[in-house]
Amino acid sequence: MAPTLFFEQMLNGLQLGMMLFLMASGLTLVVGIMNFVNLAHGSLYMIGAFLAVTVLMQTGNHLLALGAGIVGTALVGLLIEWFIAQPLYGRDHLDQVLCTFGIILFLNELARVIWGSAPLRMDVPEWLDGSVDLAGIAYPVYRLAIIVVSALVALGLHLVITRTRLGMLIRAGAADRLMIVGLGVNIQFLYALVFAAGAALAALAGILAAPIYTVQTGMGDHILILTLVVIVIGGIGSVHGALAASLLVGVIDTIGRVTLPAGFGNILIYVPMAMILFWRPRGLFPSHG
Amino acid sequence: MKLASLFKAGVAAALLAGLGAQAQEIRIGLLTTLTGPLAPLGQHVRDGFNLAVEEEGGKLGGFATKVIVEDDQLRPDVAVQLATKLAERDKIQILTGVIFSNVAMAALKPAVENKVFFISPNAGPSQLAGKQCSPWFYATAWQNDQPHEAMGAHLQAAGVKKVYLVAPNYNAGKEALRGFKSAYKGNVVGESYPGMNQLDFAAEISQIRAAKPDAIYVFLSGGMGVNFTKQYAQAKLVSEIPMYSAFTIDAITLPAIGDAAVGTFQSNLWNADLKLPANEKFVQTFQKKFGYLPSNYAAQSYDSARLIAAALKLSGGQLTDKKAFANALRTAKFDSLRGPFAFNTNNFPIGDFYLLETVKRADGKVEQVTRKTILSNARDNYAGECRMATL
Repeated sequence: MAPTLFFEQMLNGLQLGMMLFLMASGLTLVVGIMNFVNLAHGSLYMIGAFLAVTVLMQTGNHLLALGAGIVGTALVGLLIEWFIAQPLYGRDHLDQVLCTFGIILFLNELARVIWGSAPLRMDVPEWLDGSVDLAGIAYPVYRLAIIVVSALVALGLHLVITRTRLGMLIRAGAADRLMIVGLGVNIQFLYALVFAAGAALAALAGILAAPIYTVQTGMGDHILILTLVVIVIGGIGSVHGALAASLLVGVIDTIGRVTLPAGFGNILIYVPMAMILFWRPRGLFPSHG
Repeated sequence: MKLASLFKAGVAAALLAGLGAQAQEIRIGLLTTLTGPLAPLGQHVRDGFNLAVEEEGGKLGGFATKVIVEDDQLRPDVAVQLATKLAERDKIQILTGVIFSNVAMAALKPAVENKVFFISPNAGPSQLAGKQCSPWFYATAWQNDQPHEAMGAHLQAAGVKKVYLVAPNYNAGKEALRGFKSAYKGNVVGESYPGMNQLDFAAEISQIRAAKPDAIYVFLSGGMGVNFTKQYAQAKLVSEIPMYSAFTIDAITLPAIGDAAVGTFQSNLWNADLKLPANEKFVQTFQKKFGYLPSNYAAQSYDSARLIAAALKLSGGQLTDKKAFANALRTAKFDSLRGPFAFNTNNFPIGDFYLLETVKRADGKVEQVTRKTILSNARDNYAGECRMATL
């Protein structure tokens, strides 16, 4: 592969990885801290995109659509946490999987009922629509913007988790949930906050993706699978692990798709997942949970 | 005594009349895809067919018609169950509506076993055009390879030297590109087969840019096509490396793609602007009744209804004599929305294919405009393999 092409593909992989990170960081915290396997995370991604498209169609304002999508999905996340997740804490993972899988089906149909089955369009905002000359190739500005925004979010998450009291509670909860309950932390509040934050991050991913991908019922299903692969590789409960694994999966998936024969590229990411499960089952950066 | 026998005669006559009226009702099963990401296609097919029946006041060809709609969910196992139910319980005489080839292949067996005529408004699998052709199966749109072949023929005739191909990694995708290559003899500089649910084509687009083809030919249906076209436009390649496609950009996906499709080319058997009186009327009536622009799927479905109507008229609404009705189907004349229509020996159509270009109107709306006829009276490549049995 020519050097410029390789560089371009690495950039593509980076961008995919950063998008996956937004999804994976939220999900890994939910699974790690609350011990709740939330398959409906992909549906939150979808809801974020739908809410944003709807607001955009009504107001024409991209930033308003972004805000409304994030806030609206966080609220939906809180509702799901209150009514669906709370009764299932401490239950067998299989119960949680069955329940949240049902939520996926329900939300997909609800999206079809509300918005129809035809795909909706969200355009790239004009001030991001263009391309930039990088090493001789014209790379879309919008994709660079995704990388930048996701990197800022990653930095923000890092600062919150390592420098704030809340972050300390989150790390402690991921490491040993029973202990922090025993220490008198308001676990209900912490759980609700983590779930809502996860929902907000998923919504951000969905809204950033909307101009590139179609906004359609079921759009969260594929990315959920990639996200699950990422959190398994990265280590449940670890945001740093999610970052490392997202970049790894993003690059492997992209390079695999263009270098291997058709079909093999799509399943390549499951190879590192299988290897991790075999040799380091707790992931690259386990949170000692 | 006389009164009693008169009474009996009267009852007998009434019963016979009732039976006669019963036999006249045409029951048509419309088995199409109404859920899932490709549901809009089923919606167009259903609405197109219902429009034809409604225009005749609940009749086709002058005979009272009942249409029973079922959702195959794009699953062959569900399709088999529903086709069986429609044939055995609802006693349909005609099965139609099927969009996808895997569903068509599955639904054919119950149809044939129950002597039900299968009129496909879209699915045109190569097996049914060739070795497995059946006197019960009629395709009113195309054989699946044809729009790809048409575009291949166009690019060949236009002297395009280097082409890059993209299709999904499944049977129909590979067949599509084979169809393209059967007519295009230039240099294929690269092929990409993305996975069925892939959403992000940045990697494939980077490969295309590096391969420097003169044009690309794409077959990506539904959301995949929308995503690819948007991303291709975002990479600023539409004017640099023109995009030719089939089954990718149409009246259903165009609203979701928008401006990104401007400057791309498609091959199709129908377009809303075809200058035929029957077509102009159809587009107007359809839009007025359903509130959206019909796609070729709606037009194809409407055509299949008009064909059935013409055949019913020709055979006097008689569906018990299967041979006579089959004859009527093959010979009936109707005003097809696509232009000239006739059946080939394998019950697949002989028809025209057009080159469409997507343009932006002065009022900002994006639409497809017919540029020229690529193929006239085109026949599919598989007719030679068909040894049609007699009913």
